Amino acid sequence: MPRRAPRLGAVALQAALLFVVVVLAYGAFVNAAQNLARAHVASGFGFWNNTAGFDISQTLIAYSASTSSFGRAFWVGLLNTLLVAAIGIVLATALGFIVGLAQLSRNWLVARLAAGYVELIRNVPLLLQLLFLYNAVLKSLPAVRDSIALPGGALLNSRGLFLPRPEFAPGFAAVAAALLVGIAGAILLRRWARRRQERTGDEIHVLWGALALIGGLPLAAFVLAGFPVAFSFPELGRFNVRGGIEILPEFAALALALAVYTAAFIAEVVRAGVLSVSAGQTEAAHALGLRPGATLRLVVVPQAMRVIVPPLTSQYLNLTKNSSLAVAIGYPDLVQVFAGTVLNITGQAVEVIAITMAVYLSISLFTSFVMNLYARAVAVVER
Amino acid sequence: MTAGAQSLSYLRQAPAPPLPPPAERAGVIGWLRANLFSGAANTTLTLICIAFIAWAVPPLLRFYLFDAVWSGGDRACQASPAGACWPFVRVWLSYFVYGFYPSAERWRVDLFFLALAFGIVWLLRLSAPRRDLAALYFFVLLPILSFVLLHGAPALGLAVVPTALWGGVLVTVVVATVGMVFSLPLGILLALARRSELPVVRAAAVGFIEFVRGVPLITVLFMASVMLPLFVPERLAPDKLLRALIGVAMFASAYMAEVVRGGLAAVPRGQYEAARALGLTYWRMMGLVILPQALRATLPNIVNTFIGLFKDTTLVFIVGLFDFLRTVEAARNDPNWAAPSTGLTGYAFAALFYFVCCYGMSRYAGTVETRLSRAGRR
Repeated sequence: MPRRAPRLGAVALQAALLFVVVVLAYGAFVNAAQNLARAHVASGFGFWNNTAGFDISQTLIAYSASTSSFGRAFWVGLLNTLLVAAIGIVLATALGFIVGLAQLSRNWLVARLAAGYVELIRNVPLLLQLLFLYNAVLKSLPAVRDSIALPGGALLNSRGLFLPRPEFAPGFAAVAAALLVGIAGAILLRRWARRRQERTGDEIHVLWGALALIGGLPLAAFVLAGFPVAFSFPELGRFNVRGGIEILPEFAALALALAVYTAAFIAEVVRAGVLSVSAGQTEAAHALGLRPGATLRLVVVPQAMRVIVPPLTSQYLNLTKNSSLAVAIGYPDLVQVFAGTVLNITGQAVEVIAITMAVYLSISLFTSFVMNLYARAVAVVER
Repeated sequence: MTAGAQSLSYLRQAPAPPLPPPAERAGVIGWLRANLFSGAANTTLTLICIAFIAWAVPPLLRFYLFDAVWSGGDRACQASPAGACWPFVRVWLSYFVYGFYPSAERWRVDLFFLALAFGIVWLLRLSAPRRDLAALYFFVLLPILSFVLLHGAPALGLAVVPTALWGGVLVTVVVATVGMVFSLPLGILLALARRSELPVVRAAAVGFIEFVRGVPLITVLFMASVMLPLFVPERLAPDKLLRALIGVAMFASAYMAEVVRGGLAAVPRGQYEAARALGLTYWRMMGLVILPQALRATLPNIVNTFIGLFKDTTLVFIVGLFDFLRTVEAARNDPNWAAPSTGLTGYAFAALFYFVCCYGMSRYAGTVETRLSRAGRR
């Protein structure tokens, strides 16, 4: 760390390093130009607007093989990546917190089961779990003709999961507005109660009030507007299912595998975070007369979260990066669509890989930027 | 008066009735009561867990043990699809281990496994003698020896085996080992560069580390397999395995650099200052004083990085190498073995292999951690 090298040596070393890097980069550039020219591959980003000409099995935005461009395919892939990552993150967080707290349970059986889950999942490669889930579990579901009918009109078969599609009547806007008002009201109520407690010391329970605002208001609006929702149920055809929302088995397998795998790591993060709050904090809170629930809410959780959130974010990033394993089972994520299909069609490896890496890199850098802001906000101010 | 005195007594005349015996606190019942049934909520949780185990475990045992096919061949497995197909593993085992490596030369692979195991045990046993020699063996001698053994050297009478024939556990182990052997020294260099005072050196290290850590391994592998051949003159184009190895080594060294940096940060400032005061140069200070302490402190994290690396070797599957997982996939899709039970058996076998390797490493990391914390408490 404290290094006092002679000035001249330091400058020479750095110049040499710079020189090597420049020479390597230049050599790579010249070779690449030669190799590409020999293979008659175009260079530059002109391909972005060319017609793609291939189909994608899951598209969140309008896309057609005959008219959409490679650029459009890129956005389709990126949105699919973000979708599976978002669903995976929600599921992994829920499961991870449950398992992490279960590991700390005083119930021996619960703690052992949770620890067993963590050890088993963490020590088996994600790709193996993904292939197992996709090939051995989801692909062995019955064929379309023998679909399993789930309660609520959903259908499950080897083509995927088919859910009823809600169709909103115009009156539904009122319900959505009521929900927003309810959430805003709940936040205001909580803020008022917090301020009042700080001023007077009286503690007011806002949980039921908040729930009534968030759940009750939209429900009332729903009834008043005359039930403005209809469902279109999936119908069983001979070879396929018509209507409804289709969830591809590739999507389900990837989201589940990512959630199960990352949950094991999140569980360890949560366990370490809770253990990092020293027992003295709990004892002091009890000594001040706080009840166990309040101790948890006001003393333990805020301190544990400060330890939990940074590694939790890096687990979220890992999950997002691991979603690129989609390519192994053919879920059309960014890597499968863009670094796979588009690269094979255009042959422009340098541009395509560079764009793909740039996307993941910007997601990472943006997240760590936000994380640094958070870390600064919650840092313990030492006197 | 006497009658009154007798009725008005301040002392107890008869012994108090015995208290009920305390709830049993020792023995099996006491343990059950304390750990499983200490209250209504706890009892409910326990019952839910028992119900879950009763639901999940018996079908698994039935499939993998009781109803499984243990002898015979593909016919026997097709005849009873309700059980695991262990002959599948037996028949394909040599393919899982060696891939298409020629049968006559497989002793070379075995010798490589032995040499590697010897190096690992020597290096990792904390009580082994001369672990500095072990490091020399593992990081210098072993790579050369392995290359000569596996690839072949016509001068020594070992026929060349092209890497396209390598497969199975051999590829998995080669990728993981190369990742480890290269990532540690490179990671140390990168970590030192990142903490350097020279701005160009530091910027180069930060750029490399953050770039590699920010992208998925698959894109690094794609880059190594499709871009690398473009960047070198055509006659130097590396073969498929080497490209993947370069990608894995790059990826692993970036992660290793961060682990080593953590270890360097844990060495107290006074150590640096003392080494400086003794007149040591930068490299002697690092080599003799700082790095031994930093690496020892962060050894559990290094092992954890290796576990991650070992699991990540499965991704070379995607750039077309026949690692262990890929050979299981290929065997599973063989038309003679296409029963669904073979897939479940193959995956279970692969999972067992990876679990044993990774769990072993994590146990080792745990042991080292306990020992270090004991040494630190002295």
